[in-house]
Amino acid sequence: MSSATPVTEAVVFRWHRAEIVALAPVTPHVTSVRLRCPLAESYRAGQHVDVRLTAEDGYQAQRSYSIASAPDGSGTLELMIEALPDGEVSGWFTGVAEVGDRVELRGPIGGSFSWDGPDGGPLLLGGGGSGVVPLLAMLRRRAQGWREIPAALVYSVRTRAEAIALPELERLAAEDASFSLHLATTRDPSGKRIDAGLVAEALRRTGPPGKVFLCGSNRFVAAASDLIVAEGVAPGVIRTERFGA
Amino acid sequence: MVTRGFVGRRQPPETGARLPPGQYLTDDFPILQIGPNPTVDRATWQFTLRDGSRPIKTWSWEAFEALPRTTWHGDIHCVTKWSKFDTDWEGVSFDDLLADAGIAAPTPYLLAESYDDYTTNVPVSDLVGGRALVATRYAGQPIHPDHGGPARLFVPHLYFWKSAKWVKGLRFTKTDTAGFWELRGYHMYGDPWREQRYTGD
Repeated sequence: MSSATPVTEAVVFRWHRAEIVALAPVTPHVTSVRLRCPLAESYRAGQHVDVRLTAEDGYQAQRSYSIASAPDGSGTLELMIEALPDGEVSGWFTGVAEVGDRVELRGPIGGSFSWDGPDGGPLLLGGGGSGVVPLLAMLRRRAQGWREIPAALVYSVRTRAEAIALPELERLAAEDASFSLHLATTRDPSGKRIDAGLVAEALRRTGPPGKVFLCGSNRFVAAASDLIVAEGVAPGVIRTERFGA
Repeated sequence: MVTRGFVGRRQPPETGARLPPGQYLTDDFPILQIGPNPTVDRATWQFTLRDGSRPIKTWSWEAFEALPRTTWHGDIHCVTKWSKFDTDWEGVSFDDLLADAGIAAPTPYLLAESYDDYTTNVPVSDLVGGRALVATRYAGQPIHPDHGGPARLFVPHLYFWKSAKWVKGLRFTKTDTAGFWELRGYHMYGDPWREQRYTGD
């Protein structure tokens, strides 16, 4: 790979204790979980962590979650956990968890799907549903000191009510001339799916992108990828992360 | 460390016994990869065995499809925690590839190389004896590009990142040489039953 992803000699992921310090609903289905953990000082925007829960009898379950926050020196990091139907781990976070509860984390994982200011831009980001979470981390990182890097977020979500961090994204778009938000709500009245026009408008705002990150369902990532390549962007600058189904 | 209030969803014993530690069962077939699908045309597709930089043998799609076929039925396990039961694959076994090339493996290790520049390392001993295929069919159909078609490496007893999608060849290496994910913290071997997800596991 010719990307700027840093590769260290021996990356070792160990389990760390993490304590929940804040819980807050973000949308009807998504909960923000802020955790105090040693990992909070050593990740790149876009990476994810593995979360492990252990029952009284030793039974364990693990899942991967993208980090929503950018490293901020607070000693904490934020996950955004979507309650899945019958979700074994998400159900605990969204129905049982309280401030002070402890879980285990390891990571950060996923070096190729990550960004930091020195990696440069312009940045074209495409998120479908909760796939926006690692992209939100990148935008938060950019806002910490790299606002001169042009960036656009194409965000496909069922309804405005289900859009994660919409007030924050709209505020950023309003006050930051080099960031644009392109929202496609697929189930709202007069809503639409992402299309060539939306992608072309995002590219017009950023100029030719140096980095493209796409995250969402298989269908979203495949569609966004095809649209972006059709606009003349080299496939080699596109990084994707998908979830199942 | 016990997490207060976590009970978990226990699998029936017959499912649990087939799930490696830390895995859960899915009926979907999730797709994980580093970038867009590369465009791979069967008309120009080639598969090459190399000893270091030296090509040993190259097959066209037609020549590859004419090799003896091997089928495999069973369970696959992804490092991202999902497992999928009772999958069916078909392709050319590593043993048959070596036989057609008229060689024995020249080194104990190799790197699978893909059309999207992805690489991953596997010991030769994990590929011989019918343990691995270069698969061209899944569930009786040509493998969809989303799942690595036209051809992917298939090493089902290791985590599925070892089963490189869009594979274009195998390169024998003198030493066990880390591939794309192995350079980024993933385990050099990746046995799901020993939960070797990451370096140090």
